[in-house]
Amino acid sequence: MQLEQQLRNKRKEKDILLMTHIVLGYPSFDANREVIKQMVENGVDCIEMQIPFSEPMADGPVILKANQDSLAAGTKVEDCLSFGAEMAEKYDIPFLYMTYYNIIFKYGEEPFFQRAAEDGIKGLIIPDLPPEMGESFLALADKYQVAPVLIFAPTSTNERMRELAGHGHGFIYCAARRGVTGKKSEFGQDFNDYLTRCRKATSLPLAVGFGIQSREDIEALKGKADMAVIGSRTISLVDSEGPTAVGPFIAGLR
Amino acid sequence: MDKKGFFGNWGGAYIPEVLYQTFQELQKEYDRCRQDPAFWEEYLSLMSTYSCRPTPLTYAENLSNYFGGAQIYIKREDLNHTGAHKANNVMGQGLLVKRMGKKRVIAETGAGQHGMATATMAAKFGLECTIYMGEEDVLRQRPNVFWMEKMGATVIPVKDGSRTLKDAINEAFRDWVTNVDDTHYVFGTACGPAPFPEMVSWFQSIIGIEAAEQIIKYHGKMPAKIYACVGGGSNAMGIFKRFLDENDVELVGVEAGGHGIDSGSHAIRLNCPDASPGVAQGYKTMFLQDEDGQMKHTHSVAAGLDYVGVSPILSDLWEKKQVRFESATDNEVMEALDLTMKKEGIIPALESSHAFAGAFREVGDLSPDDAIIINQSGRGDKDIFTIAHAFEDPSWKKFIIDRGKEYSAK
Repeated sequence: MQLEQQLRNKRKEKDILLMTHIVLGYPSFDANREVIKQMVENGVDCIEMQIPFSEPMADGPVILKANQDSLAAGTKVEDCLSFGAEMAEKYDIPFLYMTYYNIIFKYGEEPFFQRAAEDGIKGLIIPDLPPEMGESFLALADKYQVAPVLIFAPTSTNERMRELAGHGHGFIYCAARRGVTGKKSEFGQDFNDYLTRCRKATSLPLAVGFGIQSREDIEALKGKADMAVIGSRTISLVDSEGPTAVGPFIAGLR
Repeated sequence: MDKKGFFGNWGGAYIPEVLYQTFQELQKEYDRCRQDPAFWEEYLSLMSTYSCRPTPLTYAENLSNYFGGAQIYIKREDLNHTGAHKANNVMGQGLLVKRMGKKRVIAETGAGQHGMATATMAAKFGLECTIYMGEEDVLRQRPNVFWMEKMGATVIPVKDGSRTLKDAINEAFRDWVTNVDDTHYVFGTACGPAPFPEMVSWFQSIIGIEAAEQIIKYHGKMPAKIYACVGGGSNAMGIFKRFLDENDVELVGVEAGGHGIDSGSHAIRLNCPDASPGVAQGYKTMFLQDEDGQMKHTHSVAAGLDYVGVSPILSDLWEKKQVRFESATDNEVMEALDLTMKKEGIIPALESSHAFAGAFREVGDLSPDDAIIINQSGRGDKDIFTIAHAFEDPSWKKFIIDRGKEYSAK
């Protein structure tokens, strides 16, 4: 699919790519606009936009609160999709949606894929939809050429990783550790062994996320992964210093 | 249950990848236990020595005469150790945890009964224990929090979302994905990802197995109807399972009507326009949610029924019309509770009182030759603060005020 090729082309120019995460409607869509502008201008390669859900089971406190506050402010799925279309139109980097399966299930799987494809969205990350539960989802992803990004975890066996890789497109999202988003990860020997197992299981580009917060973290991933994912860190930064702090932070990461 | 964990259109295992391996192991161990008759024997022996199984089936003579319809029998799950049917599931999972060699258990709790039962099991089996409980429920069920802590469990009040059962479940999952290697999540009801709905129903099925024998002994034939309250659905599945193939027995689930079906303040998931099919907390069922798929606020006077989803097995039985669903409002429940205490000297939990309210509405229309069984899933003395408050009991109020003064003077 297009997403994989786009990332491979960019990867030829950089030792490591950068994906960032925003929660749509948090703190506001205007703030989202400014944050994305700062991210793109400072060289972010790919952005995952989270459509908020009332039960974000896989997210830690920072993103959980962002989901709840966005919904409390009245964010609707339709607002998120319009905003996604606007960003994909405006900027020349791939945009993805991250959300939980119920949002897509309620919208209707096929209408959702159709809409995402029309709006120029390149991929979907759905942490509570393992391939066993996503037969029709995966078929529609193929039909509409919107990449289903699957997740590896440190608890995944080699056999399981190969199975997941067989269903995934675009890239593989490697969760750096057990647990939820936002907490610091340690990049020791266990982590290196895990990434070696990930690399052996798939030829897709590898993104590493969960608890990546600094230039040092990203430096440590060079040569082992293709893309680093910054999630909760930029949300906290916007909370404490406002959207304009994002640009300098991103610029200082590589 | 099919290979992917579905019951008809409902169920499944919508879990994050980090839990995949653990669920494989859980399923394998559960399958082994199902096939091993010695496991069920061990379970029965534990429940008859540590808890009070078989629990009695009480003939409610005064209530039967009062309504003048069918003979009313009450299945006394309130007489289980820790005071509710929750112990059946928890002790079963405890045996499973021992076999899997995990050192720590976590659980969510609404009314506090499941948390209580889990803390008890953890104390008995020497396991570390953390209980997640919505902040609103911590306030509603303070006595249970006290006992859980006394038995060595850590109780964590959950301050996110609606601060009730569903939020406690999310937080327990967050703990589990972090500590998956040494921790088992003792899921409290017949919901969640497969194999939990089936496994919990299996442990609870002991209720119906006993009740079938008992009603034949006392009444000479199968009951006409069986009533159970439905929150997540574990006590209902527990008593219904044995009777699913008995075509002359009507099974009735009673959901929490809260302030009424049109109030937007209830927990009616089946037969209610506010609910629709959805996927959350790891499984597919009927959820109280808006058109975007965001979960709605729920309300019930009974914390244990105050939940957005319902067992996928019950959604399937509802769809196939094998179980009829009704609801009872907070007010009807208080009346049913009052009547049961006055007539029988039995105090059902607020949750269980929903089953009584549902049964009282219909029992007068049945023949005295027939019998009904009401599943009293738990005892009501845990609800003393809520019940006393709802009855606006003046002497209780005075007691609390005086005790408060005594504490603040120190």
